[in-house]
Amino acid sequence: MKLLVCISKTPDTTAKIAFNGDNTKLETAGITFIMNPYDEWYALVKAIEIQEKWGGSVSVLHVGPSENDPIIRKALAIGATDAYRIDTEAVSADQVAFQMASFIQQHAFDIIFTGKETIDYNGAEVGGRLAAQLNLPFISFASHLDIVTENEAIVKRDMEGGTETIQVNTPFVISAAKGMAEQRIPNMKGIMTAKSKPLNVVTPQPYSSKISIVSHELPPAKKAVQYIDPENMAELARLLREEAKVI
Amino acid sequence: MVLVFVETENGKVRKAALEAVYYGYLTAQKLGTSCQALLLGNAEDATSLGLYGATLVHQNDSLGFNFFDNQVFSAAIAQAAKKLEASVIVLSHSSNGKSLIGNIAYLLDAGSVSAAIDIPNTDNGFSVRKGVFSSKALVNIDILTNVKVVSVLGNSLQINVVGSNAEIQQLTLDVLQPGIKVLSVDKLQSNVTPLPEAERVVSGGRGLKGPENWGIVEELADVLHATTACSRPVSDADWRPHHEHVGQTGIAIRPNLYIAIGISGAIQHLAGVNNSKTIVVINKDPEAPFFKSANYGVVGDLFDVVPKLTEAIKNLNA
Repeated sequence: MKLLVCISKTPDTTAKIAFNGDNTKLETAGITFIMNPYDEWYALVKAIEIQEKWGGSVSVLHVGPSENDPIIRKALAIGATDAYRIDTEAVSADQVAFQMASFIQQHAFDIIFTGKETIDYNGAEVGGRLAAQLNLPFISFASHLDIVTENEAIVKRDMEGGTETIQVNTPFVISAAKGMAEQRIPNMKGIMTAKSKPLNVVTPQPYSSKISIVSHELPPAKKAVQYIDPENMAELARLLREEAKVI
Repeated sequence: MVLVFVETENGKVRKAALEAVYYGYLTAQKLGTSCQALLLGNAEDATSLGLYGATLVHQNDSLGFNFFDNQVFSAAIAQAAKKLEASVIVLSHSSNGKSLIGNIAYLLDAGSVSAAIDIPNTDNGFSVRKGVFSSKALVNIDILTNVKVVSVLGNSLQINVVGSNAEIQQLTLDVLQPGIKVLSVDKLQSNVTPLPEAERVVSGGRGLKGPENWGIVEELADVLHATTACSRPVSDADWRPHHEHVGQTGIAIRPNLYIAIGISGAIQHLAGVNNSKTIVVINKDPEAPFFKSANYGVVGDLFDVVPKLTEAIKNLNA
């Protein structure tokens, strides 16, 4: 099967967030960037598992400048076959999805994976936009994916307070959530072979983003915690009713 | 016109849909236009959407809407938006809303912002505010296109009655053939409020020591009419079902009250819950990082403290 995994670059979960002078961009000094965890742990590893069982290839696709190559090499070290980097700065979900879909339209993939969302802008929009431009079914927040035959899959999808089980034929777009696969750490052999795997650079299509960032803000500082005597839960109950007004 | 897509559950309008309608109403007020609702399928209480600001409910109850297929719903909503000449489309930021937003926006050639926490600022453009970096920061995003698509994060605004029952009008749409087949839907019993919609959440962590000890969590949740949740290690160990897991890799929530019992408060957990309005942390370790994010903290043995809190709330309610 021909599988494609869309990967994104995000600040590490534990990164301390700050913005540049006019608050339009993330201050990148001192921040470690990683592959978006949903893309790496769930989408990429699941695609590799399918390839190990059914054969074929796993390609990764990324929109970003060459400084992001280490993230792409990591995906190759985990086990992807080859990679494509669309050589332009990622500025919005609509721009990233447009660039990716325009590339995918030139190739034939059986399953197109994304993570359920990125941990920076938390938009969860790219999968739906890809599916729309490619005119394919889209299954979001998938926690299980079983390939039944080379052109049929059974997917479990998380929803409010439950799950749906869905049958779908390839090709389709799927966004991966926890449960789909287990994180893999690249081994030394993977890291060595990743260096010689193809990382193809793709010229972007002309496009202007449909949104623009006006400003970022840090949330107001939280008041210091008020400690309650563990022997006096009546006081906590009173505060929750009279002060916080939540019960 | 502002068009709000209304999600339903078991033949009724969902709470998230009422919030979306009220958000649409406030947005329409700012733009000097009307707010109308779009119902795909059936809801016995659809006229009540008028109470929260929809002047008209457009309905199409084709059988194609009996189960959720992203392509079918997106195409229908985009078609309705074009037909009705909507300039703003509002969705709920639910699992279905998150799936739909990108798809609908593409079909309408529109810019989009998901998980809005406030009504748009229309003083100079159309700027939407949302939490980013797992709620470590906020961003204001301008949508540059004529047609705009926005999804509203649950529990972001307090809904109010602003109108009277709305009229329902049938809307003709070409409904696509589904591209997927839903084989089964496994849901919680319907008397439990789903986590993303819950106003109060009681959550347990590793400090409970085992699934057999969840009785005290459930009793507290019971007296508070709260939904139960858990931390990642608890769902990973199968002490509690996967769908109860709140945090970065689980569900992100913003209830009015979040009570964390025996949860240390790793950054990945906080990412999913620190938008809660009031946080109570109960932990025997005074160094637990969660206390830094709490409004109220109790340093003590949860097996003592939790039943006492349950009793205290019962007494307060009596």
